[in-house]
Amino acid sequence: MSYAFLRTAAAAGLVLVLAACGGEATESATGGDAASGSTIKVGLLHSLSGTMAISEVTVRDAELLAIEEINAAGGVLGKKLEPVVEDGASDWPTFAEKANKLISQDKVATVFGGWTSASRKAMLPVFERHKALLWYPVQYEGLESSPYIFYTGATTNQQIIPGLDYLKEQGKTKIFLVGSDYVFPRTANKIIKAYAAANGMTVLGEEYTPLGHTEYSTLTNKVVQAKPDAVFNTLNGDSNVAFFKQLKSAGVTAESMPVLSVSVAEEEVTGIGIDNIVGHPVAWNYYQTTENAANSKFVAAFKAKYGAAKVTSDPMEAGYNAVYLWAEAAKKAGTVEVEAVKKASGGIALERPEGLVTIDGETQHMYKTARIGIIQPDGLIKEVWNSGEPIKPDPYLKTYPWAGSLAS
Amino acid sequence: MEGILNQLPIGLSIAAVLLLIALGLTFTFGQMGVINMAHGEFIMAGAYTAYLLQDFAGRNAVLVALPVAFVVAGLMGLILERAAIRHFYGRPLDTLLLTWGVSLVLQQVARDLFGAPNVQVLSPTWLQGTFGPMPYNRMFILLLAVGSVVGIWVYMNRTALGRRMQAVMQNRQLAATSGINTGQVDQLTFFIGSGLAGIAGVALTLIGPVGPTLGTYYIVDAFLVVVAGGLGQLRGAVIAAAALGLLNSYAEFWTNASLAKVIVFAVIIAFLQFRPQGLFVLRSRALT
Repeated sequence: MSYAFLRTAAAAGLVLVLAACGGEATESATGGDAASGSTIKVGLLHSLSGTMAISEVTVRDAELLAIEEINAAGGVLGKKLEPVVEDGASDWPTFAEKANKLISQDKVATVFGGWTSASRKAMLPVFERHKALLWYPVQYEGLESSPYIFYTGATTNQQIIPGLDYLKEQGKTKIFLVGSDYVFPRTANKIIKAYAAANGMTVLGEEYTPLGHTEYSTLTNKVVQAKPDAVFNTLNGDSNVAFFKQLKSAGVTAESMPVLSVSVAEEEVTGIGIDNIVGHPVAWNYYQTTENAANSKFVAAFKAKYGAAKVTSDPMEAGYNAVYLWAEAAKKAGTVEVEAVKKASGGIALERPEGLVTIDGETQHMYKTARIGIIQPDGLIKEVWNSGEPIKPDPYLKTYPWAGSLAS
Repeated sequence: MEGILNQLPIGLSIAAVLLLIALGLTFTFGQMGVINMAHGEFIMAGAYTAYLLQDFAGRNAVLVALPVAFVVAGLMGLILERAAIRHFYGRPLDTLLLTWGVSLVLQQVARDLFGAPNVQVLSPTWLQGTFGPMPYNRMFILLLAVGSVVGIWVYMNRTALGRRMQAVMQNRQLAATSGINTGQVDQLTFFIGSGLAGIAGVALTLIGPVGPTLGTYYIVDAFLVVVAGGLGQLRGAVIAAAALGLLNSYAEFWTNASLAKVIVFAVIIAFLQFRPQGLFVLRSRALT
């Protein structure tokens, strides 16, 4: 029997290899430059399968909506946008491979894609090598500024640091750090520890779990034993569901120990169970309830296209913005040629659903308003605090004296 | 100190989850030698059954769903066995590829039917709260696992059908010549094994995500328990689940979640070096 099992294990490996190769041949090459035909091709590269699909599918939907709206308004430079959608399959090498395919084979003008930092780090060398553009729509750990990536989500000084400011204001000085075991949570926690040291806060513990982890009873026990004032949560994907369910069943409430999450948005709340997460704070730059004309229009359009039960969230909005910001830069440049678009992008300011968004030409990050919200019994998030004005992106935290040792 | 003591019931509750997800496999993999990679998706089907039944049963859907999910997942297993797997008996490699493909198809079907995001399954109000360090919902899962084991034991050892199943497993040719319809026994075995996955799925809605990829989070652990326990051995599966649950609990308490996984895998690999057949070995001429 053991021999048979060995054989089958080998077969399992083979299956995975085949699956990885198989995806490549699914779409045929058309060749030609991005703008040479009657359309401009743009790539959308998100995980449509695997553990990250839960989040990334919605960003793709928002990007498709933006493309549709831009096309309805006449397109870019007189041409319609043609989306080429690829599946990163929650697998970082697949992201690199598909990015390569979109650039070399489909010759797209730009790519909108990624969610996890691991996927972005996997794609970064591909985009730099080909001098192609990636628009990355998710908040991340900062300490990066690639000339070929535009970051439309928050960097740390627009989300994590405001989140810590909020906890400090609330008198929550003893915190426990819980995160998924990859680059974003680990770097974010480095920043949090440096902030805590400089601001009289104590970090009682720091725990990581593998992506897709679902057994949180031991971790819950550790957190409860440490008796922190608050938990700073950088878990990603489905783990959040297991974590909040098991925290709730262990008797932890938002009143006794608030858990501030930076990767839980409207889209995830129902899956976690509103019961399990109601009252806990989150830190983002946008909520479905953010009040302005651009947002009313976005929410209405999204619900009209994908169903009234759908919600909009920060990464979706950042993906939606990315398409508009790129289109604006291309219009200003008069071409979709990468270097020209990059050059034209600095200073572009658009009224977006989250408020005014301005591209910082130097870092290719955005000026964004930080917002802290509380999860409501209806599953939406109500803003309880904001930074008042868009915060200048500072991915390397150069303007924060306590962060001096982090960038190296 | 309190933390260390708490890890004991936590270890047992992890063991209960492991046992629940692995019980079905002791039938399909252990008894029949079928490597069913779609087992995780039968777990998922059980979880979605609980989700759907909320419309009728509200918060108590979990209770109503237990028997329903058993039948739903069981029928899915039966269809899979009749339509495909039976043509591949004795060819584990092909069966693995086949069922792996089926698992991908089922995940996509779930994604199309219910959407990619996780869905909400409310747990009954009477399962909220804790008894000491042990949440009620964990106790419920523990009792469910114990109940399932007792049920299976009675079925295998005290009923004619169960004894026939054991006979087929121990020597298929001899069982067939004794007049047992082995094809029928296979169907029933597969039905029960898959049905148990459905029950596990319902239980998992209390503590984990309910989404299209749910099955993938548990399938490896389920196989680990069955392999470490010895194929087809209920006793082995129980002891292996308990040992792995406690090991996991304490390993994670003293190190961290990532390292605990490494430790568990390392221990299992080392253990299989000494006992490649698992904890308990079935002495039979039919199995090689």
